[in-house]
Amino acid sequence: MAYDKFDIIKSTAVPLPIENVDTDQIIPARFLKATERVGFGDNLFRDWRYNTDGSLKADFVLNNPVYKGKILLGGMNFGSGSSREHAAWAIYDYGFRAVVSSFFADIFRGNCLNIGVLPVQVSAEFLDRIFAAVHANPETELEINLNDQSITLLSSGEKENFDISSYKKDNMLNGFDDIDYLQNIKTEIQEFATHLPL
Amino acid sequence: MSNTLFDKVWDSHVVRKIEGGPDVLFIDRHLIHEVTSPVAFLGLKSRGIKVLYPERTFATADHNTPTINQHLPVEDPLSANQLKALESNSNEYGISHWGLGHQKNGIVHVVGPEYGITQPGATIVCGDSHTSTHGAFGAIAFGIGTSEVEMVLATQCIMQPKPKKMRINVTGSLGFGVTPKDVALFIISQLTTSGATGYFVEYAGGVFEQMTMEGRMTVCNLSIEMGARGGMIAPDETTINYVKGREFSPKGEAWDKALAYYKTLKTDVDAVFDKEYTFDGSKIEPMITYGTNPGMGMGISQDIPSADAVEGGAATYAKSLNYMGFGEGDAMIGKSIDFVFVGSCTNGRIEDFRAFASIVKGRKKADNVTAWLVPGSHIVEAAIKEEGLLDIFTEAGFVLRQPGCSACLAMNDDKIPAGKYAVSTSNRNFEGRQGPGSRTLLASPLVAAAAAVTGKVTDPRELMMEEA
Repeated sequence: MAYDKFDIIKSTAVPLPIENVDTDQIIPARFLKATERVGFGDNLFRDWRYNTDGSLKADFVLNNPVYKGKILLGGMNFGSGSSREHAAWAIYDYGFRAVVSSFFADIFRGNCLNIGVLPVQVSAEFLDRIFAAVHANPETELEINLNDQSITLLSSGEKENFDISSYKKDNMLNGFDDIDYLQNIKTEIQEFATHLPL
Repeated sequence: MSNTLFDKVWDSHVVRKIEGGPDVLFIDRHLIHEVTSPVAFLGLKSRGIKVLYPERTFATADHNTPTINQHLPVEDPLSANQLKALESNSNEYGISHWGLGHQKNGIVHVVGPEYGITQPGATIVCGDSHTSTHGAFGAIAFGIGTSEVEMVLATQCIMQPKPKKMRINVTGSLGFGVTPKDVALFIISQLTTSGATGYFVEYAGGVFEQMTMEGRMTVCNLSIEMGARGGMIAPDETTINYVKGREFSPKGEAWDKALAYYKTLKTDVDAVFDKEYTFDGSKIEPMITYGTNPGMGMGISQDIPSADAVEGGAATYAKSLNYMGFGEGDAMIGKSIDFVFVGSCTNGRIEDFRAFASIVKGRKKADNVTAWLVPGSHIVEAAIKEEGLLDIFTEAGFVLRQPGCSACLAMNDDKIPAGKYAVSTSNRNFEGRQGPGSRTLLASPLVAAAAAVTGKVTDPRELMMEEA
């Protein structure tokens, strides 16, 4: 599915300093019943964000109006558990374009890259300093530059580089996805299929 | 050059390597279910693409299905709509569809092996993280997202970097009352919930060699709970005896050819892994979890660790124990429970129900416990009846439900109420996993049975000793 090209984002961030945030928290299974990709942002962090009567939980960060922006900050091992791509959809649909953490679960990282959310892995120390800066001043901005593969904490100028494969980087810079690529090598795939081990 | 089992299967399926990017990996078998496939089919439609090899994809409905009165129309309109979408998409693209009411319907990771769709040395994917289950056969099997489901439908390939390799050896033999589930929960407790992220695991050693296929499936199923892409076990006589003669297994000459291939599927003696762990199987005791991720597990006779004894943030640890209503240093033994759930792709196979029956036989369900026994498939359901287990369950006050994922993920009607404690044989104890506010204690079918008849967390070995 096509998504907006990713280049540079400069934005404030929403801090969620919890470790091992699993995809059941990002979007609980009972909200996976749709057959189209619509409305998942409304249920992002559903049970942390809303009381059972549908009212907002005042102490949850998404409900705190001082924190906003296109960048979500998460603790170590963000996105563990279920492979549901709905978790990445919910993050994108809510308005985030990047998630910053010191460690991502594999499937979640792949899902994000496939739909145009950039997972930015930084050192644990840098993540701590970003959390501290954002907590101290919610207006603190971060700049994520995909071409340079860098993230900068603009209040201090501190900068770190992050990894992404050159293939995925090109895809995100251009808004391409893997099916575009695979469709172009279909003949090669069909030939390969004639001499499989099984 | 020496290769691991994982290298052999992966490398033989690489269509193309991309410089500075992923491998294009050919997928032999693709399993789909109702939850993670509809948007993939929408993508195909919007691009105007057909399914390249419909005979390589199999559809079953499991996550969003009721486990009682399956002959009646599904009440929840959203669930009914999703089940209908799976059926109509499968029909439109010529994919085998095992919907609700079909004889082959059941949990995707239970029916795949039962019908021989799962084969040693195959690459298998499904939009479900517990696809790692099929690694029990020496297959490379892992969960994928919906974008990748669309890729496989369109091109029978996905694009992934090759993971690093880890071997986990569990030597010796398991003690009395210790099951494959305990082995898996023990390993995860040692490695943590992210300890194998970035790796594909091979399980090796005497404990796995002695395991049945059902036990191996339980272990491989839980590989994802320590972050691993997947886990696999080299095929041996146990594997081949299981696979032979199943409906979709190769037959005749094709079987001979397949057998020759299966026999090549082992790690070379001097092959090197990026990481290796060795544990002594005899030191593992029945396990139970006390927190909100599967890494927060311990031997059932132990006390909940204090925050300074565990890795990671103290705040996250405190949040977890607070959610569970437990305190540092608490014993788990004796804690009162409300629900017992036996089932899921982790422990919904016949061996699991045999284990459960071995303890509840001649005893009665505790009055404070609501129990849900949910077979993984109709084959499991039929075996429960044929082997007389249903009579044991009925006599002890238990009811058997119909196949499905049930209370594992609280997507269907089977939900644990807020604040209630459930001893579950499933795979995840995340906050709200079994229903908003539910509190899950993951354990083996034996621990579940001991809890079901005593109404509290109980060491199953005590009850087993009484019988002996």
